[in-house]
Amino acid sequence: MKLANEKVIEKNGYKLHLIHTKKFKTVHVNLKFKAPLDRSTVTKRALLPYVLQQGTNNYSSARDLRLALDSLYGAVLQIDASKKGNSHLLNFRLELANSKFIEGNQQLLQAGLALLAEVIYNPKVENNQFSDKVVNREKQTLLDKMDAIKDEKMSYANLRLIDEMCKDEAFSIHAHGYEEDLDEIDGKLLFETLQSLLKDDQLDVYVVGDIEGLDIEKKIGEYLKREKTSPLEIEFAEVKPRKMQEIKEEQKIQQAKLHLGFRTFVSFGDTNYAALQVFNGLFGGFPSSKLFLNVREKHSLAYYAASRIESHVGLLFVFSGIAPEQYDRAKTIILEQVEDMKKGEFTEKELDQTKEMIINQIKETMDNPQGIIELHYQQVIADTEKSPSALLEDINSVSYDDIVSVANQLHLDTIYVLTSEGGSGNGA
Amino acid sequence: MEHKYYKQLDETIYTKKLENGLTVCVLPRKEMAKTFGIFTTKYGSIDQHFVPINQQEAVKVPDGVAHFLEHKLFEKEDRDVFHDFSKQGASANAFTSFTKTAYLFSATSNIDENIKTLLDFVQEPYFSDESVEKEKGIIAQEINMYDDQPDWRAFFGTIKNMFEKHPVHIDIAGTVDSINKITKEDLYTCYESFYHPSNMVLFIAGNIEPENILELVQNNQKGKTFEPPQPIERFYPEEPKAVANKKTILNMPVSIPKAFVGIKEADIPKNGEEFIKREWLLDLALDFLFSKSGVIYEEMYEKNLIDQSFSYESYLEENFGFTIISSNTKNPLEFTEVLNNHLVNLDKLSIDENTFKRIKQKKIGQFIRSLNSLELIANQYSHYQMMDLDFFESLATLESLTFDEYKQFIRSWVSEEQLTQLIVEKEA
Repeated sequence: MKLANEKVIEKNGYKLHLIHTKKFKTVHVNLKFKAPLDRSTVTKRALLPYVLQQGTNNYSSARDLRLALDSLYGAVLQIDASKKGNSHLLNFRLELANSKFIEGNQQLLQAGLALLAEVIYNPKVENNQFSDKVVNREKQTLLDKMDAIKDEKMSYANLRLIDEMCKDEAFSIHAHGYEEDLDEIDGKLLFETLQSLLKDDQLDVYVVGDIEGLDIEKKIGEYLKREKTSPLEIEFAEVKPRKMQEIKEEQKIQQAKLHLGFRTFVSFGDTNYAALQVFNGLFGGFPSSKLFLNVREKHSLAYYAASRIESHVGLLFVFSGIAPEQYDRAKTIILEQVEDMKKGEFTEKELDQTKEMIINQIKETMDNPQGIIELHYQQVIADTEKSPSALLEDINSVSYDDIVSVANQLHLDTIYVLTSEGGSGNGA
Repeated sequence: MEHKYYKQLDETIYTKKLENGLTVCVLPRKEMAKTFGIFTTKYGSIDQHFVPINQQEAVKVPDGVAHFLEHKLFEKEDRDVFHDFSKQGASANAFTSFTKTAYLFSATSNIDENIKTLLDFVQEPYFSDESVEKEKGIIAQEINMYDDQPDWRAFFGTIKNMFEKHPVHIDIAGTVDSINKITKEDLYTCYESFYHPSNMVLFIAGNIEPENILELVQNNQKGKTFEPPQPIERFYPEEPKAVANKKTILNMPVSIPKAFVGIKEADIPKNGEEFIKREWLLDLALDFLFSKSGVIYEEMYEKNLIDQSFSYESYLEENFGFTIISSNTKNPLEFTEVLNNHLVNLDKLSIDENTFKRIKQKKIGQFIRSLNSLELIANQYSHYQMMDLDFFESLATLESLTFDEYKQFIRSWVSEEQLTQLIVEKEA
């Protein structure tokens, strides 16, 4: 079945992706700028979203900019930096109520695009540099963000696991940058960063909503001016399996976080990617999966126990929250589940149910505007053509043997535990 | 089945109250892939002192029973209900709030089966002494996990500061001590009283035929017997207008301190239309003051008193209400001082009509945007239904608000005695 109709138009310096649907009462515009993850640029790029929201030449403060958005019936503008696989992304998201639900306001889209273009092309600068005062204030904001991650124990444990596991790989570079790299950044350097992003990044523009007949291509073209680009490409070395490492860290907490990192050697676009997805569904992706059932339900060992795949870099993570003294037992039971998967200890019926749940999940994602965009954008990240509809077909055709074979490719790389002081015995 | 078409929103809702007292609402959305169902009882953490069905004497049950019940309904003598949903390609979940417990699923296939499963598992409890004991371990883990989260601890700490007697000050999950007192008999007492169909709403939204859904639900309910509908007598202690504690300090391992300011609502309107009006007025007032375009936000940001974690939220229910404003901050004392100062001087604030109009537009746009989500509609519609109010009509209430009402509300909203503060400091 066809999940969505994506029309891709090659423009000068960017690709325009149009997805028309009557599911929503809103119109969504995403500008996605993509560059290779690189320690020398990541902190500057991570700082940009904050600084860009502090005002433009026509709306000279953050508040003025927000007031302008408010008067467009509460248009939402979000700018953030993130990573997908080995790429660093700056995503500009504009969300508007569809004018047809608002009497007498047919110009919302036009006005919204104009404002978005203003933020990107006409930021508040003097003599080709951002104000150092603004930059310094936003450095603080970014720094706070880095600190906040440390307080959220689950995300901290995940970050630390990746730090240790992928030390020598681009993927370990933090999407939010590094404290020690903030010092050298000033208004001039940051403006240069913006210029090179506008010039060199790969740009994809997505528009989703009830957009037929709105002449989006022309409207976008009026505001987006770009020369043809030749985006930077970096070849990443293949990672070889190595001896498993165990890492233990202590903090004043009650519940320990036991996280495990595996290498799958399968990425989005690979022929066995769907098999890996189904594997993950059986193993730890759902409340009916082995991890949840055995670690949490059968042995009451954890409040959460789940797994997730990192689609573009061939990784699989297991997350669990456990009582510190249960470390050895929880680890043993988690690893038993992996062994069971390798031995093919699941039924055809469970396999079919898991497929149906994954298909359900993909279809539900397509009921969400941002979900539609992210699912389609996977193809850009992986530089391959694999529409959401094609993903569904792949899932459907996964066999029992495909999954056992993917399971046997799995290699445990790192066990990381964040535990209470003096907790988890001497397990690590 | 009655139906009501809301022209401005282009939505239709079908409603029927069954003989046993159950209210059934259906919202068809043919374009969506998924169907979302939510079965809600008007029973939450605050309902712990009441006269059980068919009894004369009031009882008091331990803290955390509503949440405990939520967990236990998923477990049957021979199986876990999560599995039943999984087998039918659905994902299921549940939550307990101060005033409600809700069970929900979403699916793109086997909709009839999933609706039956939803009704049956909630309406056919199975509690044994053994399974109640086992659950205590799991819930204790959940409570410990929350105890490690500074934001959660501070949020509840602020509520405790505000409410001296009202059971909203009880942690929704209870404490490790209180849940250890819970017995199988407590569960049945609460279940029989609060899970009577006349105390519940079933809402189904998505890719469905309303008449078919109604027939299915009716047939399902015919096969079950219930006591005749009767009102439940619940007791909530008289709560003074003033907060219980003006200030508390919490020591936790955080990297940045946190500051929370609580505003205890007073004189909550009993009349339905006035109640909705109050909700919107609160919403508008908070936006005027604290949104990124608000008058206080900019000052706090410039003074480096807040970061991206700054947030505010309001709860307004029939017998309690409050607002909490919070942020990570390097200077929690100044944060609370600046906020307090503004809040007790709102009567001196200059308030203009253009700002009011713009905020109103923003809220209208936000309301329309929120209707993208079937989950949100189903949740909100059920929530209002239980107070005999209409979620979709609340938009008209917003549109009819006048500048005078808005101005008057802001000026008289807060007095010193309604304010409390809580600071999370770094553990030495």
